[in-house]
This record gives sequence, structure tokens and C-alpha cells, in this order.
Amino acid sequence: MSSARAQIVGVGESAYSRWGKIGDVTEHALACQAISRAVEDAGLSMDDVDGLASFAEDRNEAIFLAAELGLPALRFGNMVWMPGGGGGCAAVSNAAMAVETGQAEVVVVYRSLCQGQFFRFGTGGVSADAPGEPPVPSLQQANSLLLASMGFAMPYGLLMAAAAYALPTRRHMHLYGTTSEQLGMLAVTFREHASRNPRAVMGGRPLTLEDHQASPMIADPHRLFDCCLESDGACAVVVTTPERARDLAKPPVEILASEQGAPKGYGFGPFTNANIADGLYATGGCEEMANRLWAKAGLGPGDVDVAQLYDHFTGCVLMQLEDYGFCPRGEGGAFIESGALAWRGGSLPTNTHGGSLSEAYIHGLNHVVEGVRSLRGESTSPVEDAEVCLVTSAACVPSSALVLGRK
Amino acid sequence: MSKRFFPDTMPPPMADATTLPWWQAAAEHRLVVQECTACGHTRLPPSPICPECRSDAADWREVTGQGEVYTYTLVHRPIAAGQDLPYAIVVIALQGAGGVRIISNLVDVEPGELKIGLPVELVWEDMSEDLAIPRFRPQHESGTGAESGRSGTKP
Repeated sequence: MSSARAQIVGVGESAYSRWGKIGDVTEHALACQAISRAVEDAGLSMDDVDGLASFAEDRNEAIFLAAELGLPALRFGNMVWMPGGGGGCAAVSNAAMAVETGQAEVVVVYRSLCQGQFFRFGTGGVSADAPGEPPVPSLQQANSLLLASMGFAMPYGLLMAAAAYALPTRRHMHLYGTTSEQLGMLAVTFREHASRNPRAVMGGRPLTLEDHQASPMIADPHRLFDCCLESDGACAVVVTTPERARDLAKPPVEILASEQGAPKGYGFGPFTNANIADGLYATGGCEEMANRLWAKAGLGPGDVDVAQLYDHFTGCVLMQLEDYGFCPRGEGGAFIESGALAWRGGSLPTNTHGGSLSEAYIHGLNHVVEGVRSLRGESTSPVEDAEVCLVTSAACVPSSALVLGRK
Repeated sequence: MSKRFFPDTMPPPMADATTLPWWQAAAEHRLVVQECTACGHTRLPPSPICPECRSDAADWREVTGQGEVYTYTLVHRPIAAGQDLPYAIVVIALQGAGGVRIISNLVDVEPGELKIGLPVELVWEDMSEDLAIPRFRPQHESGTGAESGRSGTKP
């Protein structure tokens, strides 16, 4: 029954560094490097690749990458309509659909980010350091639906992700008594996982709960260490058919189920969705999608051996834990406090690479990479005999998820 | 507000043909929500079609600007140079607006005073001849007296 399902057969990445540190290599060159390494990891050749897939805001168009990489033919070039990191798992899902339906045979999903070479997310193009000529404030023409929608956020200074995602998290704290210390424990746990990961940007920087509590406030309740890193780097995963996967270099990882979704009225998450249903506001917005995902996989949260959860902000991970059914609504804080997410002794070892909080922020595609490694036994925080891994892409914004299984 | 809430280097608001009437009403100090004339559903930001009944017939309904804080964040990092910090971004549940919430700022508030449920009222900031931005401040009178801890609030 599972024989028709697409498999992930290769993963790779460039070196990861802090935001703005990669200036001598272009973002697309970094993408080529990650793609090459993933293809090599699979034991395939670039001549085998006939598809490229990515997700929203990718500056590195597949048509140019295909030319640079010398692909014999690009049969499948694909982008997901999900903002920011929400489309990472969905891009893998689209690659899987392509190989399962014969549109392509070997599709590489990629992400490359060098924000220092372009603009920094959350600034709206304004530099806080350089006072420009102040123009007379006036209403401007919005040349996109995004900018017209952001017209109801930008005039209030709602540009930074740290501020936007603080809004649902603050309401969760109000409704359920969730505390900053509980959020801090999550950051401390992921940092501990990163300490064994040589790829992790923050691998050599231990973090205590006291450090978290003493870190500067960015957008209440988000302190510095509640916020993910800003990184330069690229990573890629190779998706192919079960037939092709059979004789390759590494044990294949099967895509047991994939889903993407945005609840009614979700738009661009807390930047534009102040009017979603009250019962949805203090959640990650993933609950319905999670139910579909579990039904499709024929599995439930209790079957998950290891999880790689998109961690743009600590509160968004907490709300995902509730959405995906690992604990009841409102009990995410207590669940974290119980040590459940820890590699050592936790019931749900989570973000064994350190996540975006401590490994790198590659829009969460590095979580898919780690999901594959955790089922191959290649993680630097290995979970023994792990057979099922949940990987998620974003929360509190349109998002996607995968259930991966060891063959 | 004699001093501007934000420096003038902040990105200006942008509008398209769907949202422009909202900004034109704002310039006249009228806070409006979009109301479906077919089913009565109210919505914000403005959109071409009612998400409930899918009718494209809509009207603008003026609301009082009274409401309460639904959620908030206090932002400690500047976007524009010379910006006062921290500043409060709030989601306000508007009274008498069919349940519509609006993103805005809270002005004239002590950080310790800011909490979910705080009753607020509308205050307009004129940016230029044809641009006014609605912000909110704590209500001057607490009505029931149940929320009497705000006596220090200044207009």
C-alpha cells in the first residue's frame, strides 16, 4: 500500500552563519552548493534531476538554477503560496505529488537565504540607523494585495515578525496563564540540542533559563532568546519515486502524509488576521490541518518518536504542541515544563538539531533535513529506533506539515 | 498628541481601490467598517466580497471607536530613527461593530497599565491634509467603576 509513496533520498546544506556574514558568495551560488550536496548525498547525479521546488519569497528562480546546475531538462518547477517559512513542508509535498504522478522523477526542494545581501525581514525597507529626509506622510498607492492588506498593520509599526507573533502568544498567556519561564525552557532545551550539532550557529553558546530571563525584551512577551536566529545559508532535500529510491546511497525516508493549510480568514497571519474566529486566535492555526494529517497518515500524536517543529518564536511552538494534539489546549506551558521536548528523557524529543532558535533560520527547510537525519540515525542528538517524525513549517500563519517514516 | 506617535520616516500606509474609501473616511475622522448589505456581516480590512455570503454589495458603517484591548505587544526595538520606545501595538475589539477587531496603537498609557480587557477610545492623529491614522487611548471614565486602577491616565 505504501509502495507508491514518494521518498526523501538525499539532504544537504551549505555552512550556516549569522545574518549578513555571507557576502562573498551569492545566494544562488549557495543554493547550487546545497542542491549539489543533497544530490551527492543521495548517490545521484545532477543529470538525474528533473525538478526544482521552493516556496514563497524565494529569490532564486528555478529556471535560472536549472541552467546554472546544467539540468538536462527542467520538467517540474514549482513554488508554494505560503508566506515565509510556511511552505517548506508544502514544497516537499508538491515534489512528492510530482514524482508520484509522473510529472518528474527526481525533484530537489531548496531554500537559500542571505538576508544581508538584500533586505532584512521586518524592516519594511526602513533603516532605524539612518535618518532620511522625512517626507510629508501621505497615503501611497499599494501595488500589491499584500501591501494593501499591510496598510492596516504598517501605520501602527507592525512590521517585525517578533511583534506580530507576540499578539497571539500574549493572548495565550492571558487565557491559560502561560509564562515567560515556560517559553524560556523551550529555548534552553533547543540550545542544549544544538550543543552537539557542529552545523549549529549557536552550538557553542550554552543558554540557561536565567540567561533567557535576562535577555533584552524585543516585543513583549518575546525576549531576545524567544526569537529565532537570522541566518545566512542554504539547504536542500531530494525527493524521488520508491522505485528509484531502492538502490541509492542512503536508506530512504518515506513521506507518510503531507498537508498544507490556512484556516478561514488567516491571510498573512497576525499581520492581517485580527478578525479570525475568537477560538482560533490564541492557537497556531494548525489544528484542522493536523487532524487531516493524522487521518491521512493513519497515525496520531502518540506515534511520533521525534518532532522537528518550526520555531520562529517560542510561543508559536507551544501553540503547535496543542494544535497537533501532544497536549490539551492551554497546557502547552506545562507540557514544556515537564521536560517533554528534551532529547534526554523527553517523551517527544523536539528540534534535535537546535531548530531555528539555535541551529539556523533557513525558513524551516533545515527542519525537514533534520527530520530525515533523525530517521536515518544520523542526527547529532539521535533518538534510538525512531520510526516516525513530525516536521512542521510555521504556525500562526498559513503553514504545512509532513509525517516522515523510516522504511 | 502634539508630538507625532511615529517619526515621519516610518513607511506610509498604502491603499488600493478596495481599501481607499476606508482611508478617505479616516481623513474625515470617521472610523468605518465594511458591512455586507446582503447578510449584515461586518469586516475589516475592506475586501471585495463578503467572506460569509459572498455578496459583493457592501456599505460603510461608522463606529464609535469605543472598545477594549483584545491582545497587545510592547515593542522595544525601533523601526525608524528617533522613535519613542517602547510603543504599544494593540488589537482592539470594537464595540458596536459586529465583532470587528482593528490593529492599532495605544497612546497615553503607562506600560504597567496595558492589559487585555482595558477599555479604550479612539483618538485621531492627523498626518497631513488627506491622511489621518486612528489610534486608541484608555477611556477617561471607567463606566462601571470596576476598572478603577487607571486614575493616573492623562489625555
